[in-house]
Amino acid sequence: MTISSVFREIIRSSLISLWFVFLTFPLMVIKVNPIERVVHWRWGNMLYVAVTSFVLSLFFREVVRRRKLRETRPEEENRAGIALSIRRIFDEPGKRNMLTGIVFCFSLVFPFVFSSYQTTIMTTALMYVVLGLGLNIVVGMAGLLDLGYVAFYAVGAYTYALLNHHFHLGFWTVLPIGGLVAALFGFLLGFPVLRLRGDYLAIVTLGFGEIIRLILENWGKFSQGPSGIANISRPGFFGIHLSLDSAIVYMYYLMIVFVLATIFIVSRLQNSRLGRAWIALREDETACQVMGIDKRKTKLTAFALGAFWAGIIGVVFASKTTFINPASFTFLESAIILSIVVLGGMGSIIGVIMGAFILILMPEYLRPLSQYRMFAFGLILVLMMVFRPQGLIANVRSAYHFEKTKRTFHA
Amino acid sequence: MNKYLLKINNLSIDFGGIRALNRLSFDIRQAEIAALIGPNGAGKTTLFNCLTGIYAFSEGDILLFPPESEKGISLKGMKPNQITEKGLARTFQNIRLFSRMTVLENVMIGRHCRTRAYILGALFRNAATRKEERETVDKSYALLEKMGLAEYVNEPAGNLPYGAQRRLEIARALATDPFLLLLDEPAAGMNPQETSDIIDLIREIASDGLSILLIEHDMKLVMSLSDRIFVIDYGRKIAEGDPAEIRSNPAVIKAYLGA
Amino acid sequence: MNYFIELFFSGLTRGAIYALIALGYTMVYGIIGLINFAHGEIYMIGAFTSFVVASVLSIYGFPLIAIVIMTGFAAAVWAGAYGYTIEKLAYKPLRHAPRLSPLISAIGMSILLQNYVLLAQTSDFLPFPKLIPDFPFMERYADVLGSSDLVILLTTTAVMILLTFLIKYTRIGKAMRATAQDTTMAMLVGINVNRIISITFVIGSALAAIGGLLIASHIGQINFYIGFIAGIKAFTAAVLGGIGSIPGAVLGSLVLGLTESFATGYVSSDYEDVFAFSLLVLILIFKPSGLLGKAVIKKV
Repeated sequence: MTISSVFREIIRSSLISLWFVFLTFPLMVIKVNPIERVVHWRWGNMLYVAVTSFVLSLFFREVVRRRKLRETRPEEENRAGIALSIRRIFDEPGKRNMLTGIVFCFSLVFPFVFSSYQTTIMTTALMYVVLGLGLNIVVGMAGLLDLGYVAFYAVGAYTYALLNHHFHLGFWTVLPIGGLVAALFGFLLGFPVLRLRGDYLAIVTLGFGEIIRLILENWGKFSQGPSGIANISRPGFFGIHLSLDSAIVYMYYLMIVFVLATIFIVSRLQNSRLGRAWIALREDETACQVMGIDKRKTKLTAFALGAFWAGIIGVVFASKTTFINPASFTFLESAIILSIVVLGGMGSIIGVIMGAFILILMPEYLRPLSQYRMFAFGLILVLMMVFRPQGLIANVRSAYHFEKTKRTFHA
Repeated sequence: MNKYLLKINNLSIDFGGIRALNRLSFDIRQAEIAALIGPNGAGKTTLFNCLTGIYAFSEGDILLFPPESEKGISLKGMKPNQITEKGLARTFQNIRLFSRMTVLENVMIGRHCRTRAYILGALFRNAATRKEERETVDKSYALLEKMGLAEYVNEPAGNLPYGAQRRLEIARALATDPFLLLLDEPAAGMNPQETSDIIDLIREIASDGLSILLIEHDMKLVMSLSDRIFVIDYGRKIAEGDPAEIRSNPAVIKAYLGA
Repeated sequence: MNYFIELFFSGLTRGAIYALIALGYTMVYGIIGLINFAHGEIYMIGAFTSFVVASVLSIYGFPLIAIVIMTGFAAAVWAGAYGYTIEKLAYKPLRHAPRLSPLISAIGMSILLQNYVLLAQTSDFLPFPKLIPDFPFMERYADVLGSSDLVILLTTTAVMILLTFLIKYTRIGKAMRATAQDTTMAMLVGINVNRIISITFVIGSALAAIGGLLIASHIGQINFYIGFIAGIKAFTAAVLGGIGSIPGAVLGSLVLGLTESFATGYVSSDYEDVFAFSLLVLILIFKPSGLLGKAVIKKV
């Protein structure tokens, strides 16, 4: 870069910074106390906005510039930084097995090393891993943007809460029922809406999610309304009564098992006839149909399977917190799960797992920053779409190897 | 005369008052290469879209005669995937591959309607599923070799050179085991060398007993390959015959020269 | 009968506000085919900017008429600026991305803006100053139509007339219609498409801000979350009328406003939002092209 171009960049970023100062002026600088009729002028915020936007502008303009440079040299495309080195680890079987082993051992001893508070947080993160993987089937693989995913989560949770409350059914009995009821809801909703175009589908699922929440809130006789349902049983452990601490540890191991099972199932689905059909559907619907794939059936399967997972985790959630109310099932919850999938990389299993850990654990451990949590989620969605739509770890399709004479293959 | 494979009777379709196809009738017989030609906007691709169930036609009928059935099956109201299952496959004028899937997987998608494994098969990978999956891979790879695409097996389809993408589309369509193949401008955008390669390729495919209906603007390809040619203009058939007849047909000359 | 008329007018007022927001959705959709999910937040930001400006001016003792004019102006300007910036940052880089990418970006933008206002201002409900006085000549009709309802209806009508004029007869309006019909062709005949898209966002946002100002002074309180529900409802209205169609957006909004008003008045107010959402789901399933929209033929 020449001196003059550096100078030009600084001028441009200063102008952008000025624009943001103007833009944020009424809301960032002025604060009115309407009761006492006092105006606070928070000039410090203006400086803050000016500096931040100046620095960010310099940074992002540089990112865009480098990216353009890279596009002109196609050979070295997108081999950037961290993502690739992570990828490389997963590509080499030796390193991959070692890493998997370390992670597995760590996760096994976790509850004995850390406090039960930490264990609870980790259990929550693991729940989001499963939710993310479930939504990943729908959004990442089949390309159906489902903004009402939380509705199926709510259906699972309420199925358990209500069956437990009225009929004293246990966790293990309701677990499959919760999943199936959620899948049934997915099926019933999916049936009419899956012929809609992608963006309409997104809005309809959003509307559906809100309808479910509003019904739970207002139909007091059925769901006990906003006050929710309390005293839900924790999962049973061969009839033994567990203390609170051991119940937390038990829950943690339960989630570890669920995560492993989900990873196993999702990766098998991904490399199957059905998984390929989902991905083809995401790539080009019309071509997919013309190649002989039943669009409606394939979409419905994805939708119902995704809902099934949400239902299962809903049951787990209700039994973990022993109390649920409709406030846990807002649109923001769907948005968080979507952020996990988008951040991690749509369709990529490892990516989604990492996405869940980053988005759920980070705000827990950076408590002072936790009020910026939702702000950051929004920012992540925008930044990922603009700068790295394939996510942290792009999904790479598995390769098949052939020899000229004797053909063998492994997936 | 060979057995009918496809019979189109008085087919019409309207788009908001514009008649894109107007009482069109013709038929395709076994083991022939037929070509559909006509000026731009004559309704050729629209006809393909009616044949493959993408558009619902308003009047007339299309009958398909799969090898095992003597009586034709009406395509009216059938979905694209049902038609493909009956044995009619196509390619697209503007290439529509699954660009982020590998070349092999693109062809494997074509096998979808000839295989059965579903959720349980995917989860348990039982013997039947494994066998089916192995056959899918083997058949798909064999098709890639036949089309000269074996070197690209694991490459994302979107990264292939243009000519290879065209051939991959044909391979994908062939993977559905069709008895009638529709090719929408297979030589579009190709240089003379590539065009002559694709002519050889189409001949080779046809030599296996497959019938082909193609849309093409390249007259060299049309004249050297076709057993019969149908000419349409403004959604109507204006001529039909072998290449020699078409070349000397006054109506065709008029439509093309616009006199 | 009075109750019926009261519900009718309150439905009309609701509908008018929805229309101001729905126009932004429909104009943006018409031009770039994007559901601008963050549009509801623009409306919310319009309401907050109005709150700040009106409160400051009233604390410093400006006369009511000056407050009203300056607040309206400020809300429109700042909301327009936000609309412009959002398009440049979150949508423009995604012009050629797969269809769902800009939608996800828009959802992110919506969450971001909500929390920006939450962090910059407050999460509490704020009392909004009363900008519209009770007119003495309206006293006779007060039980069916309030003064602020009247102002909302008149303002909305005036804005609609202006907008129709702008789109039908000005150069910018013609360029907008051309871009909506065929972007490539518009570019070929020398229309600066990027500028038209920006202008569309600015106009749509300014309209939403006026809606925000009107509804805030009508209801008397605001918080950072009002944009979400209002946005969804206005979107419902736009789809109901046929997304992409400007008269459709107005018609859809009035139908939605009246439906809601009568449904809550005669059936139950608990399920107010459920009516709107159900209506949205039903239209999208049974008549996705809406009342005045055109069905599209997919090209293969």
